[in-house]
Amino acid sequence: MSARDNILARIRKNSGREGLTTGLELSQVRTHIARQERGPQPSIARDNPVARFIQESDRLKSTVAEVDRLADVPQAAAAYLKQNALESAVVGWPSLSGLDWAAAGITYENRLACGEDMVGITDCFCGIGETGTLLLLSSPTTPKLHALLPETHLCVLSKARIVHTMEDAFQLVRTERGELPRATFFVSGPSRTADIEQTIVIGAHGPYRVHIILTP
Amino acid sequence: MQVKSMHFKATSSMKLNDAVLQAAMKKTKGKFVDGRAAAVAEIDVWQDIRTHAASLRDRVINNLDAYLIEFERNATLRGAVVHWAETAEEANAIIVGIAQRNAAKIVTKSKSMVSEEISLNDALEAVGVEVVETDLGEYILQLAKEPPSHIVAPAVHKSKEQVADLFEAAHHRPRTLDIPSMTREAREVLRSKFLGADMGISGANFVIAETGTTLTVTNEGNADLVTTVPRIHCVVTGIEKVIPTLEDFATLIRLLPRSATGQNAANYLTLTTGLKQPGDLDGPEQMHIVLIDAGRTKLVGSDMKEMLRCIRCGACMNHCPVYQNVGGHAYGWVYPGPMGSVLTPTYVGIENAGDLPNAATFCGECQVVCPVKIPLPDLMRKWRERQFDQALRPFSERFSISVWNAFATRPALYAASTKIAARVASWWGGKDKLITWLPGLDGWTDGRDMPAPAGKTFRELYAGRLSQPTRSDRS
Ligand code: SF4
Repeated sequence: MSARDNILARIRKNSGREGLTTGLELSQVRTHIARQERGPQPSIARDNPVARFIQESDRLKSTVAEVDRLADVPQAAAAYLKQNALESAVVGWPSLSGLDWAAAGITYENRLACGEDMVGITDCFCGIGETGTLLLLSSPTTPKLHALLPETHLCVLSKARIVHTMEDAFQLVRTERGELPRATFFVSGPSRTADIEQTIVIGAHGPYRVHIILTP
Repeated sequence: MQVKSMHFKATSSMKLNDAVLQAAMKKTKGKFVDGRAAAVAEIDVWQDIRTHAASLRDRVINNLDAYLIEFERNATLRGAVVHWAETAEEANAIIVGIAQRNAAKIVTKSKSMVSEEISLNDALEAVGVEVVETDLGEYILQLAKEPPSHIVAPAVHKSKEQVADLFEAAHHRPRTLDIPSMTREAREVLRSKFLGADMGISGANFVIAETGTTLTVTNEGNADLVTTVPRIHCVVTGIEKVIPTLEDFATLIRLLPRSATGQNAANYLTLTTGLKQPGDLDGPEQMHIVLIDAGRTKLVGSDMKEMLRCIRCGACMNHCPVYQNVGGHAYGWVYPGPMGSVLTPTYVGIENAGDLPNAATFCGECQVVCPVKIPLPDLMRKWRERQFDQALRPFSERFSISVWNAFATRPALYAASTKIAARVASWWGGKDKLITWLPGLDGWTDGRDMPAPAGKTFRELYAGRLSQPTRSDRS
């Protein structure tokens, strides 16, 4: 008998069931899973999702700026980089490479981020109002490393794509993508640690800064 | 990890006299407790969510075989290889085998208590693999060659001075006591390891049956690099970590960071499902998931099965007066505090951890804060009963309990003997009415004096009061 068989047999014996797991038991499990039943929803989850997203981002130490149109994103990004005395060379996803970055004084490189890059730019699948969270889904054109390796992560998010809760976000993934991609990545603020004397330090292995640019 | 739980008493006394530890414990206690309270207060349906979470965990535990099979099926469909290990040794052999077959030289690891259970680092190092812990707390402990003392904040017992000494010796850079600078130093040193590793090993906070997903919850971003950069990703986790759906994850993640650190949301939740897809620029080419028993099936169907609900938030230890005073190392194995006092005897044998279920004041706070409503005091009490039944406690303790039992179950004898005892104790207290020493209990009276009783028992005083007219009678 394999380790798998032994473990499963022990589970069944200790649960007072005989023999192997039955087809009926498996189909009951699948039926339950298919119901995708939601747990109790806190009332904060019913707040206006955009307002709550902005408020929660602030608590997470993300910063937020708003622009009127997608075309204004490069200017907003440049203003943020200048204000924080950051580099104007950025590495970003192909989805945003069509914007006029040069006009805003930014050198935009459309390639995979590496350890030396200081600023990474991405957009995202959606935002979650309840917790001020960004959801990034991996694909050939949306690699996760842009949001992880550079010290600064700029993220473009459409206000129309801010949902109330994580449950809503998962539902959106199911509807629009069918299944989860390899990496489903929820980002709530810049990386942090409290491992030395429980003192919170912003900036651990991920970014020191997360700046979100909201578009309509 | 080597079991040292049998030395709980001796280690505790040592820890109580350890000034650095005591200072560290004082500093952190308030942060965890107040942080949790504030975060929980924002959720109006907190109790409903706890109830729902407990029942969803029970649903899995009561059908664990079927949920594991469903998880395995979906993970395999996405290209992961699911391995099963009955023991720590089997798990290590599987993971060492994966490393060797792929000629892995550097392994980066994110925090995994299961890997501490099985001493995975030792097994990998024994075959010449360089293992790098990347969670800052775990990295500090790897330099110090110490085990974690807390499941969420593993280096909580270390002072910044101690960390500075370790960094200075390992990094050969100027010593600093500025915590942000120290953190940056660790980031810089570990960057090359992250980018150069052939294999990443992570734990899993949960695995999801619906999608075959494994997931990590972190703040530092280290687990996200560990699961993304190397060409091989290996997950090591316990068989009890499976949950049914993505919705269930959404429920549990409302509880976990709030209970653990008082955060509304953890910084990074990475759900990993399968392999690098055609065209992907990052992500692993192989994914291995090692599901470990190592004692867990003993809890299935037992009178302690609720323990399998545990989501490893650490709230029970943060709120435990015993843990707050002796710290995690005194417990002598991976899991400290109340959850450890239940788990350790199960996993390593009650004969090796007999003091742990007794290391409780039974204040009940652990059960109150446990997000999945595990009746921890009851479970500890069950261990105590079993120890008594199996004659595993010292003779003196069993003898005293038997004597107590003989008196307590005979009311007349009890009344007569306490009458005498109260009078003797009153006399013993002398004219200061303070008992400063009791034969056989000097360990207890060394540190404290006890006011001597009034000379009459409660029952005598109560009977006297009943025979006097009450206030309402008088009016
Ligand atoms: S027993 Fe409860 S409180 Fe303790 S770590 Fe587990 S889930 Fe958290």
